[in-house]
Amino acid sequence: MKLPKFKATIFDKLSSHRTISYSIYICAILFFLVLILIPPIFGIGLKWNLVGEITGNAELMSRAINAIWASFAIAIFVSIIDLVAGIPTAWFITRGRSRWLNVIDTLADIPFVVPTVTLGYSLLLFYSTSQGISSLFGNNLVSPGWLLVILLHFVFSFPVVVRVMVGALLDYQHTFEEAARTLGASPFTVDRTVTFPILRPSLIGAFVLAFARSISETGATMMVAGAFENGAIFAKNMKIEGQQGPLVFVSLILILVSCAIFGLIFVFGSKFRVPMRRIWPSFERKLSSKGVAATRDTLTLLVFFLLVIIPSLFVAFPTINAIIDGTINNAVSSSGIWQEYWASLGLSYFVAALVTLLSILAGLPMAILIARKRMGRSVSAVLDILVNIPIIVPSTALGASLSIFWTNFAFVPEIMLLVLAHLSITYSYFVRSMAAAIERTDIELENAARIHGAKPFTVFRTIILPLTKYSLLAGAIMVLTRSVSETGATIAVVSQLKTAPVLLVDWVSEYQSSTLTIITQSDIGLGCGILIILSFIVLLFLKLGVGRKAVY
Amino acid sequence: MPKIQLKGVTKRFGKKILAVDNVSLEIHDKEYFSLIGPSGCGKTTLLRTIAGLIQPTKGEIYIDDVLVNDVPPEDRGIGFVFQTYALFPHMNVFDNVTYGPRVKAWEEKRAASLGRETLEMVKLEKRFDAYPNELSGGMMQRVAVARALAAGSKILLLDEPLGALDAKIRNELRYEIRRLVEDLELTAIHVTHDQAEAMAISDRIAVMKNGRILQVGTPYELYMNPQQIFVANFIGESNFLEGRVIEVVNETAIVRLRDDLKIKVKKLEASQKNDRVVLAVRPEAFEIAEGRKKMVNALKGVIEKVRFEGTDIRYEIRLVNEDSITIVKPSLGGEWLKEADKVTVGFSPEKSHMFLYPLKGLIAELEVE
Repeated sequence: MKLPKFKATIFDKLSSHRTISYSIYICAILFFLVLILIPPIFGIGLKWNLVGEITGNAELMSRAINAIWASFAIAIFVSIIDLVAGIPTAWFITRGRSRWLNVIDTLADIPFVVPTVTLGYSLLLFYSTSQGISSLFGNNLVSPGWLLVILLHFVFSFPVVVRVMVGALLDYQHTFEEAARTLGASPFTVDRTVTFPILRPSLIGAFVLAFARSISETGATMMVAGAFENGAIFAKNMKIEGQQGPLVFVSLILILVSCAIFGLIFVFGSKFRVPMRRIWPSFERKLSSKGVAATRDTLTLLVFFLLVIIPSLFVAFPTINAIIDGTINNAVSSSGIWQEYWASLGLSYFVAALVTLLSILAGLPMAILIARKRMGRSVSAVLDILVNIPIIVPSTALGASLSIFWTNFAFVPEIMLLVLAHLSITYSYFVRSMAAAIERTDIELENAARIHGAKPFTVFRTIILPLTKYSLLAGAIMVLTRSVSETGATIAVVSQLKTAPVLLVDWVSEYQSSTLTIITQSDIGLGCGILIILSFIVLLFLKLGVGRKAVY
Repeated sequence: MPKIQLKGVTKRFGKKILAVDNVSLEIHDKEYFSLIGPSGCGKTTLLRTIAGLIQPTKGEIYIDDVLVNDVPPEDRGIGFVFQTYALFPHMNVFDNVTYGPRVKAWEEKRAASLGRETLEMVKLEKRFDAYPNELSGGMMQRVAVARALAAGSKILLLDEPLGALDAKIRNELRYEIRRLVEDLELTAIHVTHDQAEAMAISDRIAVMKNGRILQVGTPYELYMNPQQIFVANFIGESNFLEGRVIEVVNETAIVRLRDDLKIKVKKLEASQKNDRVVLAVRPEAFEIAEGRKKMVNALKGVIEKVRFEGTDIRYEIRLVNEDSITIVKPSLGGEWLKEADKVTVGFSPEKSHMFLYPLKGLIAELEVE
């Protein structure tokens, strides 16, 4: 038998000094407050005086209010239908016995890792051009506009709901269901009166994440919105028109209302009850019949494939076209517009890699602080709430605020602004994922290691890290993919640099608005296709390395 | 009347795991029946198969002479107490207890009064509005029993219901459950790995190992007349002495132990001269006396260890032939012997059980994991 290798490092020794570990935690808190939290919140506040520009303009004000209203209406509606469609899908994935369920489980993640800009273009092709489903129903089954925006938001929020609910159902103790069944409840009654009430926190969590994802999305929405404006598009339009007042106004309202909604959910979510006292045994027994269950599963699969998977992957067809018509040769030789594409793709991945590294370094101490309450319960509780704010702030508003904030510091280069903007958006996802993983790790394991002589850092690297490595990997991949696909905040903070999603948005806008453009549909298709392939590689890595153990 | 019959019930998980192996069994009406065996022997799987929570791979299950293989658990008319209690965390005690009547659409007044009555039965009527996380382990166990009883079924299945409780409460609650089952005239199947618990409350017990039932009988039958070496060891405690039959006379046999020690024991029906055998003798069946004493099957030895266990005193003795045995005597039953004392031990032939030496060896036969 061989002893595992262990070598005490200087960090192990230093970590037993209280002052050093506290210094690390304080640095992590300062990093979070100064670089992640304050810029997006206070940037807008600095320009509050510009709001007067819109209050005196009734027409612009009405446009802004309509846009904000549309943002929230769509986010709430989409989150509800995501739950309605996502829960049966998660149910189907976790409760079924077919070996094909793994395939469906993987397919459900596709809209999650494919950059939203690519998704937007794919839906546009599928619903609004003669190449897609429109060819069966006339040229324009769903024109760019609010309906297409709803379909798009449904597609990219759907995997979030499925992933949260699959995790919740896998963790769920089936003994509760079995107990209810032995007491005489039919499967439908069991789900309604036992399973869903117990899974309520996950249901609320899924709703919140779907809502946040819908309210934040900008790039793909711009592709499919046509003349329709929601808050994010209005803000982007105002930026193009150089009207900072309306931009500040819309961003501020989006931030405030989002925070208010999440505050209400946070306070009243625990009081929300799934109706369960009244029971209709014979009716619910009919709903539990094999026929009804089979119909439900069939409908679930139809919605899944017809509304989510096929529209999401439709963009692959022009990619095939690009191979046939020679566009791929231009791409490979980096000629014409493709030179800029490769540069933007390189920039996207460079920024994403840097942001991932920073998120891990700064996020780990913060996750430990929250999960292990190292500085007391109240500090952890406050940090726990504050960490959520960057997730719920719409990315366009966040980008606008960051841009305003950092322009006060002339020495900050644009690339750094870009990194900071992405860091503001992704950091919270990483901290949330790691804090949850550390919380699930039994604290007695840490105590056992300490009692047997391990220093705090030794405990971290020999016990905590190995036990949470799947979540760390999942969190890192999530940060990477989120950063690569980020569009709204990117557009808001940079003027010279272009990441791949921003460039693709420009290509689509140019293709749609100008007949003289050299950009072809094959170019756009191939550009999106390359992003999808890269995303698939990431997804493959996620599935092989992390599997279902991942916590998103 | 609730009677449960199992005919050739087998349950496989995948190709490799045979959890229940061709079990046939009949549990009578109003009987308190226990399934005992070591961890992983298949007793919980068998119980869950009866409840309908697991489908058998083969075999038939009858409740009141009705084949229920295809009947879902909610329609089998059973109450089930889970090892983890499975109290619904989002419902208070009263809502948990009345869950069964409510999902069966019983009249509201009747359901409520039944809930109150059942809570009174388990002495928890004052905690009706408490949530499970506000209760102690013993209270949660009572609520779980009350919930199973309130559903009105005449069959109660209990899966290690006392496993998570401390010894004192466990002792109290096992008699309480037994009393409730008797008062309500229920048929109960109780799964446990604690043989003392099963012995104390059961009408009959089935001992399981590796998915099979080794022996079914009353606690007295299993203790006094074990049919297999494993049962002799699992029910109560036994000393095992290896030897060979050298003579068979009527109901007795002379067995030669190691070192040419000869003893007279109750004969196994199938045994013949020259058979290699194992003798099982309960620690409490031995007599023990200091020095040389005349007694039946007298064997000499030295006390190696003396352990005081409260009600009993336990002697570990090395016999002259190097075999080790344990003898248990009441601690208040006379003077205690000391370590290193030379002693004579003996037992009457009727208190021994003879088994043919197992093909796979004694240690393998006694293994519980």
